[in-house]
Amino acid sequence: MSAEPTPAIEVRGLSCSYEDVPVLENVSFCVRPAEIFFIIGGSGCGKTTLLRNLVGLEKPTQGKVLFKGRSFTDADPAERREMLRTFGMLFQSGALWTSLTLSENIGLPLEEYTDLPGDEIREIAAFKLGQVGLSGFEQHYPSEISGGMQKRAGLARALALDPGIVFFDEPSAGLDPVTARNLDVLITQVRDTFGTTIVVVSHDVDSIFGIADRVIMLDRSKRGVIAEGTPTELARAGANPKAVEFLTRRSVRPV
Amino acid sequence: MPETLELAPARATARAAEGSLQVDIGGSWRLQDPSPRWHALLGPEKPASVRLASPEVGSWDTSLVVFVGEALVWSRESGIPCDVSALPDKLVGLARQFEGSMQSTERIAHAQSLVVDVGISTRHALRQARGFLQFVGECWIDSTRFVLGKARFRWGDCLLEMQKCGAMALPIVSLISFLVGVTLAYSGSIVLKRFGGEIWVADLIGVAMTREMGALMAAVVLSGRTGAAFAAEIGSMKANEEIDALSVLGISSVRFLVLPRVLALGLMMPLLAMYANCLGILGGMAVAFGTLDIPPAAYWVEMLTIVDMSDVTVGMIKAVAFGLIVGLSGCLRGLQAERNASGVGRAATSAVVTAILLIIVADAVFAVLFHALGL
Repeated sequence: MSAEPTPAIEVRGLSCSYEDVPVLENVSFCVRPAEIFFIIGGSGCGKTTLLRNLVGLEKPTQGKVLFKGRSFTDADPAERREMLRTFGMLFQSGALWTSLTLSENIGLPLEEYTDLPGDEIREIAAFKLGQVGLSGFEQHYPSEISGGMQKRAGLARALALDPGIVFFDEPSAGLDPVTARNLDVLITQVRDTFGTTIVVVSHDVDSIFGIADRVIMLDRSKRGVIAEGTPTELARAGANPKAVEFLTRRSVRPV
Repeated sequence: MPETLELAPARATARAAEGSLQVDIGGSWRLQDPSPRWHALLGPEKPASVRLASPEVGSWDTSLVVFVGEALVWSRESGIPCDVSALPDKLVGLARQFEGSMQSTERIAHAQSLVVDVGISTRHALRQARGFLQFVGECWIDSTRFVLGKARFRWGDCLLEMQKCGAMALPIVSLISFLVGVTLAYSGSIVLKRFGGEIWVADLIGVAMTREMGALMAAVVLSGRTGAAFAAEIGSMKANEEIDALSVLGISSVRFLVLPRVLALGLMMPLLAMYANCLGILGGMAVAFGTLDIPPAAYWVEMLTIVDMSDVTVGMIKAVAFGLIVGLSGCLRGLQAERNASGVGRAATSAVVTAILLIIVADAVFAVLFHALGL
């Protein structure tokens, strides 16, 4: 075990609640560097809440989140900002800033964290947009492009600062199967090219089997992790019945 | 025969037979038509057993399922056997489901005791107060950082907001302040005529507009026009996770969204108030000339005998404060909005209410303050 590298993300005994209702209790897991890690589970099991706790949008009631061994939960504002700089996040809706063009959307993180001149920022933005297949859309506003393109632009923005960790909140939600698979390919490319650690919240079984290295499954009644492993391990007979049911899309328990 | 059954109204007849109750169901059962209820059918004395049959039932829907289901629930609760073997299987299956759902329905108490309600409201109020203080604190920190030159400021956004809340508000501010001048002149002249002092309408309007009404009217217009727009804009950004996207990047939403807007209002408001003063005085002048036969020159000269720089300054100070209030309450309500469409609407409404409330309170505080200072 001692040979294991420092995990990219370590969650220790995390508990969180939503409006005083406990959602997750005592959740612990590790994400290894350069791994594509999926958080799966049925609706309302706390996947998105867990993700929001990981990126600091919500404060856990108990427990800690560590990035590369440094505590994020107790970090002071300056340290926290420095750690946030190494994150990218693709929101479910893309969450592009509607009042800015795609180029400005991608340029904003660069403007905030670097002293690059304006023309270089625009060049980087165009390059990042090209990486996700959106060349030529620099001057479009988010409302002028389709939902799938908005997600890809959101990914370009998440990648703007060459982050070490990228979080995805239900990347395939609302996309047609082909676009969703293309996004999966993009995710894998990002990992392979930059060695980025990827955390995905999803319930898209095709994505899970397609690209996930490791999976944890959350459950609403247990308020925590009920299974952990590779997708094939979890789908094998003998694993947690809920995980088998989820991954094989078949009911294995009597209704 | 089917046609007559289709047309016949729903009915259920009960007859006693050797201590047991035989219920015959017939007619066509539809939710939109009146149909019998199980409990109305039962007499005062309890039968030993119940048997349901449907010799003449036509088409049926959930209404009949509810009837039979209620019979099953009643049977379970009272312990009286209920024989439904003569009913169609499909109907019995659905009625059993109905019975099951009655069993599993947990009563969630939405109404609580007074103590619990008071507790919840107190916590809510405390949380609101905390949110407000946190917001004010963030604004303070970010604006000092900006003043000290430590933080980037989005001047482009600020200029755009200045155009939206300043230049584009001119028509409505003109109309309203002109009409306020007219109204004040008419009501003032009623009293002043009695003393033969119509000319003092000029003094009345001059003082009222510069000290009070100019800033107040501009603020009320802007709270409805701009404050609500801020809340709706920021609220929908929140619903769309755009605010979260800023936080994940470590960008302060106060610096990015609030400061440019609040500063724009703080800068534009005195200008708008000054403009409103002029239009109000013009409105008074028009009434004085039209109905009181006071020439504009005389009106102007009379007004200058009482209005001086201190009055204008008082108005301008108020205008800056009102501008900040409108901007801050709009942004605060936007950031507090719930993440859905109705949340955005509520945010806009409460932004206007908060802004107007705080403006009136601030106006009263200023009145006392300036009185004490002798301004």
